[in-house]
Amino acid sequence: MFSPDRESMPLPRLKELQLERLRWSVRHAFENNAHYRKTFEAAGFHPDQLRSLADLQRIPFLTKQEMRDNSPYGLFAVPMRDVVRVHSSSGTTGHATVVGYTRSDIDLWATLMARTIASAGGSADDILQVAYGYGLFTGGLGAHYGGEKIGATVIPISGGNTDRQLMLLRDFGTTMLACTPSYAINLADFASRNLPDFDFRKTRLRRGIFGAEPWTEAMRREIETRMGIDAFDIYGLSEVIGPGVSCECSAKRGLHVFEDLFLVEIIDPDTGEVLPEGALGEIVYTSLTKECCPVIRYRSRDITRLYREGCSCGRTLVKMDKVCGRSDDMLIIRGVNVFPSQIEPHYQVVVDRRGAMDDIEVMVEVGEAIFSDELKVMTALSEQIAARMRSTLGITAKVTLVEPSTIERSAGKARRVVDKRKPS
Amino acid sequence: MDITQISVFLENRPNRLQQVLKVLAEADVNIRTLTIAEVKDFGILRMIVNRPEAAHAALKANHITCSRTEVLAVALDDASGTLQRLIEAVSGQRQINIDYMYGFPDWHGGRSIMIFRFEDPAAAKQALAEEGYTPMSRADLHGE
Repeated sequence: MFSPDRESMPLPRLKELQLERLRWSVRHAFENNAHYRKTFEAAGFHPDQLRSLADLQRIPFLTKQEMRDNSPYGLFAVPMRDVVRVHSSSGTTGHATVVGYTRSDIDLWATLMARTIASAGGSADDILQVAYGYGLFTGGLGAHYGGEKIGATVIPISGGNTDRQLMLLRDFGTTMLACTPSYAINLADFASRNLPDFDFRKTRLRRGIFGAEPWTEAMRREIETRMGIDAFDIYGLSEVIGPGVSCECSAKRGLHVFEDLFLVEIIDPDTGEVLPEGALGEIVYTSLTKECCPVIRYRSRDITRLYREGCSCGRTLVKMDKVCGRSDDMLIIRGVNVFPSQIEPHYQVVVDRRGAMDDIEVMVEVGEAIFSDELKVMTALSEQIAARMRSTLGITAKVTLVEPSTIERSAGKARRVVDKRKPS
Repeated sequence: MDITQISVFLENRPNRLQQVLKVLAEADVNIRTLTIAEVKDFGILRMIVNRPEAAHAALKANHITCSRTEVLAVALDDASGTLQRLIEAVSGQRQINIDYMYGFPDWHGGRSIMIFRFEDPAAAKQALAEEGYTPMSRADLHGE
């Protein structure tokens, strides 16, 4: 463990620490951010009322929409001179949410990722190849800083350039890989297709931390078998901090949430009611030490459950299951968040996994408003939709024009999304 | 006078055309001629029918995407060179572009009827008049 005193803290002591930090965090948000002050006051809540962890339920939720409405800096709780970095959530540029970090937030995040790397068996002896994209996306820099924090040797290759990834992986003696699970499979596919002499088992690669998109046990088995490694799931969301909010340990049975730094609740997505331990619902996050962007009861829309069980790794931290769905219509495609409600006019999105990569097809119904009897106008329309999706969502999709009423409707409501990737 | 063409959006899969034809048959619409322009996934069906308004209403009622387009119909002698001379006059000399065209025989008069959609219909009409062509009226075409 990277922080053994925290990660294996006895539960009563952990609760005390959480309460103490929660009181600071809630007061910090209230005193230094106008949006929090406004919503707390509207709900008749004052930080002085926070006497136990249960009082958290008196605080209103923070929604993704509020984050978007306050973009870029409306949820910052420190002066800009103290902000050393910003990242942006994946998704549309028009609706991106911006998150800021103070120097100590960056250090906190690096610690989380160092814990994650340690949880997957990594250490200062590892050579960590970071094949997540570097940039506004939190994946690349998150893994990078975590790797440096634990003292590993970081190869900041970023995403893409598959043949070069494999060459470096072999020649630089990479022992640990960080990327999306679909990209890991893509690497294996590329090697078996184009490099007959490449054998992962003859490299020094031993483990990988894979996240930023949902994946299945079947994909884990495939990655482990084809690369001869241990594959671990890591989870995070930029709105909360980035990757490193929770991760699997050697038991590969649930993801430990670093709850000395983030308080988690499970709620009924329809009523907002807090559900008992073990129940399936929407996971809600409250940051306990973040300075720039404290999140207080942030509704993630991710559906999972939380439970405590003695873990063979020795961590006392609560566990969450792999996220098994969303309470809104968001899809994660190649690490990018896509809300089908952003796609107009009447459409259906079909997501499939062809080989290793997510494949997205958008079927658009041709109503009278967009119909022309000239072929060139119609093909230009379809190209224009594809180009618009590429520029606003960063996703290359196949656009198919279909007749009205082709798209499946249940109870008169169009089925907007067909996700053929899950479960396997 | 302009002729009304009915255009329909069709997905490129079995039974789509059949459905359109069925709707038109049930509405007692007679198709004089039709043509399909297609790309990989879809096609556009263009038709000259005896009762365009009835056809359009019936298709709409059945939620089939369709539109009405004004086109020009010109009857040409069924002889070598007649079409070439018309195109030469309109497109060659006056640089008026043709979006699409198709033709069918006129059973009664022993002539060929060409349907044109020009990029600039007004200019095309003027050019045809100057060259002595008389676009057909609806009555000419449908024998109403």
